[in-house]
Amino acid sequence: MADSNVASSEIAELEPVSGASWLNLREVSGDLVRGLWEEIPLFRLVLGMCPTLAVTTSAVNGVGMGIATAFVLVSSNIMISLLRKIIPDMIRIPAFIIVIASFVTITDLMMAAFTPELHHALGIFIPLIVVNCIVLARAEAFASKNGPLRSTADGLGMGLGFTIVLILLGSLREVLGNGTWFGMPALTGIMELFNYEYQPMIVMVLPPGAFIGLGLFVALANKIEERRKGKK
Amino acid sequence: MGRLIIVLTAICLVATIALARVYDITKGPIAEQERLRTVSAIKAVLPAFNNDIDKDAKEVVVGKDKRDRDIRMKFYTGKRDESPVGMAFQVIAPDGYAGDISILMGVTPEGEITGIEIISQRETPGLGNKILQEGWRGEFKGRSLEDGPKLAVKKDGGEIDQFSGATISPRAVTNAVKRGLEIYRKEFNHGG
Repeated sequence: MADSNVASSEIAELEPVSGASWLNLREVSGDLVRGLWEEIPLFRLVLGMCPTLAVTTSAVNGVGMGIATAFVLVSSNIMISLLRKIIPDMIRIPAFIIVIASFVTITDLMMAAFTPELHHALGIFIPLIVVNCIVLARAEAFASKNGPLRSTADGLGMGLGFTIVLILLGSLREVLGNGTWFGMPALTGIMELFNYEYQPMIVMVLPPGAFIGLGLFVALANKIEERRKGKK
Repeated sequence: MGRLIIVLTAICLVATIALARVYDITKGPIAEQERLRTVSAIKAVLPAFNNDIDKDAKEVVVGKDKRDRDIRMKFYTGKRDESPVGMAFQVIAPDGYAGDISILMGVTPEGEITGIEIISQRETPGLGNKILQEGWRGEFKGRSLEDGPKLAVKKDGGEIDQFSGATISPRAVTNAVKRGLEIYRKEFNHGG
């Protein structure tokens, strides 16, 4: 929490001084893009590790978990932003938790009813979005201080950033650990062309694979960021 | 102080109403999905049937657990043109490598296995979860209690394959299936 507070105040300084208009497109697009790289939750903020490590055994799981989290992020950001002037400071955390928990429960029920396969695969990790620190962190650090439009953009950006990383990690683990991508033959298909049977790297679908994969991705992201800063 | 209570109560109230609405809307579809899951699993383990499988189900008390509560099992009877082709029921293997494995098995009136389906499991991917493979599950087809000690994994002197590096999961499933057959014989007095 403290980390993300620092991060968002740094960003606030970097942002161009905006006019009085409530609808400032540059500001809104800035909020949207920020979640995609500068503050991409898993790489830069390193928040929300638990569901990431647990569910990314396949690319499809990554998509499902990402979208579910993004939906909760956007909805709770909007709601909290609308309520920010009504909610007294002293009870803001319990109020945020109720809002977030409600949206998570709604997502859980909806997925159980309409996407049963995915719901079955993600299991306990859907209800656990409640304790995903990204959601509460954005409520506290952003939505409770900004209007609904900017909060929507922020939620969408963060949600997308989270989803992209989950898909990347899920793809890496599924391709290496199972030989398939989104259930289609990937490495298995290539090996078949040469008449070999692909021997999956089982470790990649096991928990250690999640740490190894995520570690590699974070290293890569840091390298790219270093290059980017070096050029400036 | 008063304001804090009012605001928090109001938020809780609104949240409760919203959740109650969503629950109402999704209750039907969720129950339907559960039913579909069960029915499709039953279809996979029993020979073709054409009766309403939900109606021809009955619950039987098969024993007592440690706290003296009844253990109930639900038996689904599949019939083709009114003559029974088999029964499907769920057994739990409590001794899997990672928690319970629940298995749906189909048995003919003569006590022969027509198929097994793994309903839920958390075995190690690539090792223990090979129990999901159709080839392996097929090894149970046609087996009955008459096979005696042959209905066990090879390591235990039986004929069911285990996987290299993973004996616990197949053994747990095999033992659970065997227990299922025993319960079936006791309750319905079939299968020698």
